[in-house]
Amino acid sequence: MPAAPPALVIDGSARIGGLPLFGPLRLDVAAARITCLLGPSGVGKTTLLRLVAGIDEVTHFDGHVTASDGGPVTGRVALMAQGADLLPWLDVMGNVTLGARLRGTRPDRDRARDILARTGLTDHARKRPDALSGGQRQRVALARTLMEDRPIVLLDEPFSALDAGTRAQMQELSARHLAGRTVLLVTHDPLEAARLGHAIHILTAEGLETVAPPAAPVPRPVDDPETLAVQGRLLAKLRAHGAAT
Amino acid sequence: MSRLLPIAASAALALGLWQALVVLAALPPFILPGPARVAETLWASRALITEHAGITVAEVLIGLALGAVLGGLSAIGLAASPAARRLIRPMMVFSQAIPVFALAPILTLWLGYGLWSKIAMALLIIYFPVTSAFFDALMRTPQAMLDMGRVMGARPARLMWHIRVPAALPGFASGLRLAAVYAPIGAIIGEWVGASKGLGYLMLLANGRAKIDLMFAALIVLAVFTLLLHMGVDRACRRWLDGKAAG
Repeated sequence: MPAAPPALVIDGSARIGGLPLFGPLRLDVAAARITCLLGPSGVGKTTLLRLVAGIDEVTHFDGHVTASDGGPVTGRVALMAQGADLLPWLDVMGNVTLGARLRGTRPDRDRARDILARTGLTDHARKRPDALSGGQRQRVALARTLMEDRPIVLLDEPFSALDAGTRAQMQELSARHLAGRTVLLVTHDPLEAARLGHAIHILTAEGLETVAPPAAPVPRPVDDPETLAVQGRLLAKLRAHGAAT
Repeated sequence: MSRLLPIAASAALALGLWQALVVLAALPPFILPGPARVAETLWASRALITEHAGITVAEVLIGLALGAVLGGLSAIGLAASPAARRLIRPMMVFSQAIPVFALAPILTLWLGYGLWSKIAMALLIIYFPVTSAFFDALMRTPQAMLDMGRVMGARPARLMWHIRVPAALPGFASGLRLAAVYAPIGAIIGEWVGASKGLGYLMLLANGRAKIDLMFAALIVLAVFTLLLHMGVDRACRRWLDGKAAG
């Protein structure tokens, strides 16, 4: 577990090809907490995530992404997307230890085995991604993220391709294993935000709207009345914004 | 067995049609010999044909190997460097406007009557398909994989080696499959223009002496070799990709 992960501030506005995408806005991502970002499609949620990760090359971002401890952001970030970015020619172990090979260092196989055990993948270590179910692939993506061991974790709609039951399970597994890191989660799913968010924001063309999260500790049960009420409130707001744009 | 049966039936039908044509049109053997006669010549001249086939096979295999290596390296170089793409790609595309066949006499002039002018011909004819199939695949790496690699801190060279190249191997393999069919064409053209050995040379020789049965025998050997080469390359590529995938 990384010591004292930093908080993040994303402050600025973004344009793509001269057209405004979002902002000016200021998004605070609290240290060692899960911050959820919801919003209608095409509003720039994923772009915002890519800007934080330092991999966006097409957006003109006028502003800055800063960490509360003054250190750099890029290099301390792990990215977890849908299981689609697993390398099909590597087995689970190979995918989980990819980072070390990409940096030209020796993979720590003992630690990888430990992480595979904790994510329930021990029996699948030698399988390739196409031999796994959607939920298992997502667990590999989580294991790979944990293997990277970065203080800041960015999640880009990681569970959107899963069925409802598997999704709920993956939300709990991820919340448990990512606890203590600074997490920014982009999602389309109001229930996911209501279950996982210590803070919940809706990104719209006008800017950020903050919605109070439920009081229960994360991950909140799927049948918690307050969580469901927040889900309803979020959905209503999303629909209102969707209708407006 | 069940896969071979339709192939055998198809071959039998083709031979039957061939024989029927010869019999029904009453074609003399110096225009179109029947399959039986060609088979007879094939057997009778087996030493001669084998000798010439050996030369052509060597030309094709060396050309194919060189084409795979040069095409593969070129594709990686182009994919790695935008400057190389801007400078060299127009040249490559323009070079495709030159009919490769037209270069055969020049290659013979430069490289002589031996193996190398034919190897160069085979190489020229397969270089572009191999390079462009592999290059296109290298430029189409799924964005999610590249993003992941970049966030993990991979430098471009490692991104190329660990992600872009393995992701593009199916494209490289389809380039090689095409090359297996094209390379013999290159070698034969080279032999027609100037050679003292090889199946192409033998065919010209047989044609000039009105030994049409020998010409057909050489043609059939060439076709069978091309077919086997294509199957072999296809199988090797598949095995290689599976091994890659499992490793």
